[in-house]
Amino acid sequence: MNAIVISAIWGVVMMFSGIFSKNNAVIRGTALTGLALLIVVNILDMNGTVLFKVNVHGMLYFDGFGLLFNTIAFGSTFLYTLLSGRDMEKVGHNLSDYFALIFFILCGISIASSFNTLLMLFLGIEIMSIPLYILTGTDKRNLKSNEAALKYFLMGSFSTGLMLMGIALIYGAKGSFSMEEIRLGASTLTPMLSAGLLLLLFSMSFKVSAAPFHFWTPDVYDGAPTVFTSFMATIVKAAAFIAFLRLFDDSFGELQPQWQLIVAIVTAATLVIGNITAVFQQSVKRMLAYSSIAQAGFMMFALVALNEMARQGLIFYAAAYSVATIGVFAVLIKMKDYTFEGFNGLAKRQPVLAATNAIFLLSLAGIPATAGFMAKFYMLAAAVNNGHVMWLVIVGVLCAAISVYYYFRVIQAMYFKDGDAQEMEVSPVFKGLLVVMAAIVVLLGIFPQWLLDKLYYFL
Amino acid sequence: MIPVLLIVVPLLSGLAAFFIKQEKGVKTWALLSTVITLAVSLLGLTLLNKAANLHTEVEWLPLLGSKFSVGLDGMGQILCLLTAVAFPMIFIATWNSSYKNARSFYAFMLLSQAGLMGVFLAFDALLFYFFWELALIPAYFLCSQWGGEKRIAVTFKFFIYTFVGSLLMLVGIIYLYLHTPDQSFAIESFYKAVLTSKEQGWLFWLFFIAFAIKMPVFPFHTWQPDTYEQSPTATTMVLSGVMVKMGLFGVMRWLAPVLPMATWLNGDTVGLLCVIGMIYASLIAMQQDDLKRLIAYSSIAHVGLMCMAIFVTSDQALQGVMIQMFNHGINIIGMWIVVELIERQLHTRKISELGGLAQKAPGLAIMLVVVALANVALPLTNAFIGEFLLFSGVFNSTVSKMSYVFAAAGGITIILSAVYTLNMIQRVFFGNTNTLTAGIQDIKFNERFVLGVLVIVILVIGVYPRPFLELTQGTVDTILSRMVIKHPS
Repeated sequence: MNAIVISAIWGVVMMFSGIFSKNNAVIRGTALTGLALLIVVNILDMNGTVLFKVNVHGMLYFDGFGLLFNTIAFGSTFLYTLLSGRDMEKVGHNLSDYFALIFFILCGISIASSFNTLLMLFLGIEIMSIPLYILTGTDKRNLKSNEAALKYFLMGSFSTGLMLMGIALIYGAKGSFSMEEIRLGASTLTPMLSAGLLLLLFSMSFKVSAAPFHFWTPDVYDGAPTVFTSFMATIVKAAAFIAFLRLFDDSFGELQPQWQLIVAIVTAATLVIGNITAVFQQSVKRMLAYSSIAQAGFMMFALVALNEMARQGLIFYAAAYSVATIGVFAVLIKMKDYTFEGFNGLAKRQPVLAATNAIFLLSLAGIPATAGFMAKFYMLAAAVNNGHVMWLVIVGVLCAAISVYYYFRVIQAMYFKDGDAQEMEVSPVFKGLLVVMAAIVVLLGIFPQWLLDKLYYFL
Repeated sequence: MIPVLLIVVPLLSGLAAFFIKQEKGVKTWALLSTVITLAVSLLGLTLLNKAANLHTEVEWLPLLGSKFSVGLDGMGQILCLLTAVAFPMIFIATWNSSYKNARSFYAFMLLSQAGLMGVFLAFDALLFYFFWELALIPAYFLCSQWGGEKRIAVTFKFFIYTFVGSLLMLVGIIYLYLHTPDQSFAIESFYKAVLTSKEQGWLFWLFFIAFAIKMPVFPFHTWQPDTYEQSPTATTMVLSGVMVKMGLFGVMRWLAPVLPMATWLNGDTVGLLCVIGMIYASLIAMQQDDLKRLIAYSSIAHVGLMCMAIFVTSDQALQGVMIQMFNHGINIIGMWIVVELIERQLHTRKISELGGLAQKAPGLAIMLVVVALANVALPLTNAFIGEFLLFSGVFNSTVSKMSYVFAAAGGITIILSAVYTLNMIQRVFFGNTNTLTAGIQDIKFNERFVLGVLVIVILVIGVYPRPFLELTQGTVDTILSRMVIKHPS
């Protein structure tokens, strides 16, 4: 509860901070303070200190899983703001508003990670999405940005409609919005319920950009200002996955044999389409958009497997993927040319940028000794443990090998090709932060226990 | 203690090497580090040769049931010794070469040594996988940055090939891990995993493809000649001298004893692949005009022979493979050194452009002839011991239905190997000099030293192999007992 209230309050604080101060550094400082505060109160919440005792009538349910994810999301946002906060100023003049929107998104994330009724799920997802539509279009004078925002908004509204329809059908069948009461036994799948379940599956697949509902992703990610792409491709996407998993685990888990095949097919399609189209991209930004679809495919494994390992794995995946992707985007923003050629010879000019970027890319590719390997390991282990989807595991593995192709293209450009990569000015602090992020990636890869212990500790 | 040092020394010195500015300094540093590693490895064989010193186990990922478990058994000893010997030899032999951005070059070399050591030492599957990949990453950077003209595309192929294999193996490891009684990655638990023969059947291929790509066995070999050709020679020495042994080692430690039933059943299929690969590679080797490609193809033939011998499951054959892994490493590094010396001076590797080198560089010629004869497995050289054991093991195998075919085919490749090796010596070293080769100088002190040491090792093992055979007997017994226990009746 702490995080929901504080993030909402701080969102308002950020709105007003723009009135009282025109100094960007102050605004950024306020935002960072708010994020630090969020992390602290959320950790307090995990330890049992609830600051706001609100009777939610069982509509929200706080457990270690959701709270730990919140901590990861807030921590990642903190790192993201430190790294890319300055680049937000380049998007437009309304810095305080951008931060306000980000805080509202975080509020939505905290609801989506702890919903206990379908209504709360809906609210959480919408609170998360609407500010995103706005952030996508913040670069007002850029046609691509406008188009992306419109596209995202229209498609998002459509999926919202699907979700509402699904919720209504399930309500019609079970007479309740509550997760506990909906909890479906193995034998009660009526046509109305299955229609509702499918609609929910489709709308959530849209939110996490799983194939075949992924078509908006590359255009939106490409059109949105790069700093915000970084945010929506990582933290928001991971949050949608947490909600997805909670929904299908808590409410529909016992029916898994009946929907597992559909989810498995969606997963396979996501993996194959995401990875293969990423291979053909000429711009690193678009490549990352497709790769985020591919990574979503790997996160879908948690849904297919649906066991304890999957829950741990998804938490770990969220952390590993967010940190690495924020890092890659932070480097990307500093480049003047977003094509692969734009990275040619970066290692000579900016060894720190290139080396840390290489570590992030290795992590995304899932090479051992990086967090990405452990994340993929957990996902594969969960799916193998499930036992019914070995074919999907093999598909996943082959796709992971394909992903090496496009991630390593950037490494090749940076290290092995000659050229003069043009980058913006980078400050020593920025480099230092990149090194810290890279260190997190490596440490999580070698000692994943540090993060996962928390899950057990707070459960 | 010893195993940890074997990993930590190259790992830390490799990381430190990134920060050494001067080329001379980093060369010395790298050489010093590898000499220390060699000393540790020798200590492990002699003075500190007690069980307590040879195994280390500490908690790593208790939630997953994975431990940092490293140890040295006979096979580990022999391969760690090979790794420890190879690197200082390579560094001394290439002392006169100059690399741009030398500190990164030597750092990656040392890191790959750490990865290789880890592979040979790990007794925990997850740890094994970790090091397996860690040995690959530095190799990728080494080949891509310091290789020949087509290096980027070629290394990419190499990397993706091996990565696919590794990931398939990872799936296999996870599957086995979930079927162990105590949910652990320890090799002892893997032995206890309860599997049906069908499960063993497909797990076998998951593991085997990974190892086959690394060795490489036909039809997974296509990355190898290109990569050997394009890599800087120092890296090629690591790849062919030591890294291919990872595949053989993997089969003997992680495949045959863990999935014995499947190994029995699929042994002949694999043997057939090896035979096809051996003959095919030998025939191609005969046609090569490029020295590096010739040695690359000859390596496919030799490794195929070893792989085939593992799958016939007999005491002698396994012993032969153990000692031959070491021998092949020594011999092929010797061959590469000679190629490196020729190429550095004459800037060509084309056999048709060379000739008459023996007149101008008699020292080099003598050394090469010894190494090449060892490569052909002439008696009194090390490879004779290995291949003799290996052949008699294949011949006497009671497991393989095709042991005679295998032995005959293996014999043919030995003959072919003599044909192309002797032909190469004839065309490169004898005959008349031409304008290009007239200018070659004889080998310098450091190269003479390295080749001298290699020749001594070749002859010593060739004459007195007993210590080596005794060292590995225990491991062979373990593997065989594991495999015979589960013989399908």
